[in-house]
Parts: sequence; C-alpha cells; structure tokens
Amino acid sequence: MKQVYAVPKSLQPQATHYCPGCTHGIAHKLVAETIDELGVRDRAIGVAPVGCAVFAYDYFDCDFQQAAHGRAPAVATGIRRVVPDAVVFTYQGDGDLASIGAAEIIHAAMRGERISVIFINNAVYGMTGGQMAPTTLVGQKTTTSPAGRELGHAGSPIRIAEMLATIPGAAYVARVSLSSPANVARAKKAIRKAFDTQLSGAGFSLVECLSTCPTNWGMAPIEAMEWLEKNMIPYYPLGEFRTPEGGASNG
Amino acid sequence: MSKVVFDEAKCKGCSICVHFCPKKVIQMADRINAKGYHPAYLADEGNCISCGICGRMCPDAAIEVFKP
Repeated sequence: MKQVYAVPKSLQPQATHYCPGCTHGIAHKLVAETIDELGVRDRAIGVAPVGCAVFAYDYFDCDFQQAAHGRAPAVATGIRRVVPDAVVFTYQGDGDLASIGAAEIIHAAMRGERISVIFINNAVYGMTGGQMAPTTLVGQKTTTSPAGRELGHAGSPIRIAEMLATIPGAAYVARVSLSSPANVARAKKAIRKAFDTQLSGAGFSLVECLSTCPTNWGMAPIEAMEWLEKNMIPYYPLGEFRTPEGGASNG
Repeated sequence: MSKVVFDEAKCKGCSICVHFCPKKVIQMADRINAKGYHPAYLADEGNCISCGICGRMCPDAAIEVFKP
C-alpha cells in the first residue's frame, strides 16, 4: 500500500506531554515536515521557549537549545552568527514572545536576523494555569480576568504579525490558524515559506499560528477549534503581511 | 494492513480525527489505553477513502494513512 500520510522523521517517536487536543502537536508536525522536505535535519537548530513548548527539545529530532523566558530570538541570533550555515528557528508561545520577550522579537526583526520564528498564539498563558496573556481577547475569561479582559484596564490584545510587518528587516510575516484541515494546509505552506525565506538569505521570518488551549479555555478540543474560528480569526485576521517579493506593498 | 494505522499508545482521545473525517469512518473505542484515554480506531475501513486528513490533523502524531 502507498503511504498517504507518514509521521515526520524530524520528530522523535515518543508521546508529548501536551494536553489532549492541544494544537502544539500539529504545529510541531508542520515544522518537522518542513525540515524533512528541505532535507536540513543535520543542520537545523531549534530554540525552545519557556512555556508549554519548553520540552520541544525532547520532541524534535534535531539540535536544540532552550532559552531563558522570551530570549529565544537572542539565543537564535547567537547561533546564527556562530554557525552561518545552520537552519535556525525558534518556537515560542504568546506569553514568551509577546510579553516578556517583546523586545527580543522586535529587535531580531529590526536586525533582519536570518532566523525563522514559529509563534504559537493561543490567547492565554498555558503552562502556568491559564492567566491573561497580552494576546487574550477583550471579554475573554481567564484565571486573572475572571470577568473577562477589560479594555480600559488591560488594554487591547497585541497583534504581533501586523506590528512586525512594519519592520523592513522582517522579510516574511504571516498569520495562519491550526483550526481545520484547510487552515492546517495553509499553515504548512506558510512555515515552508518562512524557512525558504531564511535559506534564500532574505532576512527574518515569522509565522503566527492561532492555536487552541482546550484545558485553560475550559472547552473540549473541537469546541475550542470552533471558538478560535469564531472569536480569534475576526480579531487576528489570517494572511501574509509581508513577503520577500512584496516590495512597496509591504507594511 | 489497515488503511489507517493508529499508534494507540500515543492517542489521547481528543477525537479531532473523528470530527474532521469526511466519511465518518473513525470512532472512539469503549476500552481505554495505557494512558487512560479512549483511543480512536478505524470502525469502517470499507468506506475510508485514504484522504489522510486524520493523519494531518492528529496533534499526537499517532496516525499514519495508507492507500491500497
């Protein structure tokens, strides 16, 4: 029989610690598939965040380094400068990248650092127990916003992709969703394009992946995917915000 | 060999494969696996079209798909 779908070779065969239905696993597979397709496993170096994905170094079958909270782009910068032919990527959640690591991601993009960033936005702090994140939607209930995020008190959720798309050094910036087969197929194309952008030498690339957190949202996995499509996509529109070929239409 | 091969030990019973299967040929078993979850299984192989959607959507890399 012909194999239609195989587990990517750049993933370790072990089970992950992620909760049932968490879309981190889907994002891991898309990154691993991209590394497989490009045939760069022997020179791929990932940088893991602090957060639910901290154990990414146990799940990917390629070199990995774990960074201090939010500092993955800084560590990736060091790796890039020391190992020029490495394929360098960071894998970061929204608490890591959009809150404590906001400065690092902005300046890595400003420098046009030749790294690819996989940014998982699930609108909540996962590992620490579902607290409000910079990406939490207005009105969304979390353990630290039990009545829902209040605009006047906490401000508006941060749109990382749009913000980074204003930076000339950011060669490729896209937002995708992991909430349906069609959206996952688009997410795969975007992650491939981010790695292609790095390999072509064009500069910094980032793919923001809208993801679910069934446990902290208090929903079943499918219900969480439906909630994402109904509530997150209207505020976080999908698409490419900056591309290497975009020229003047960028930003 | 089955068209859809489940690595049952890795299945966390999230049922994403059941939901997105266009032919509704996957079901959750009544029994539980070593992790304590009800694992997914191919209940109707005859109507499976080997589209691969279950494999691509499985967050736990527990599914591989084959076409005769």
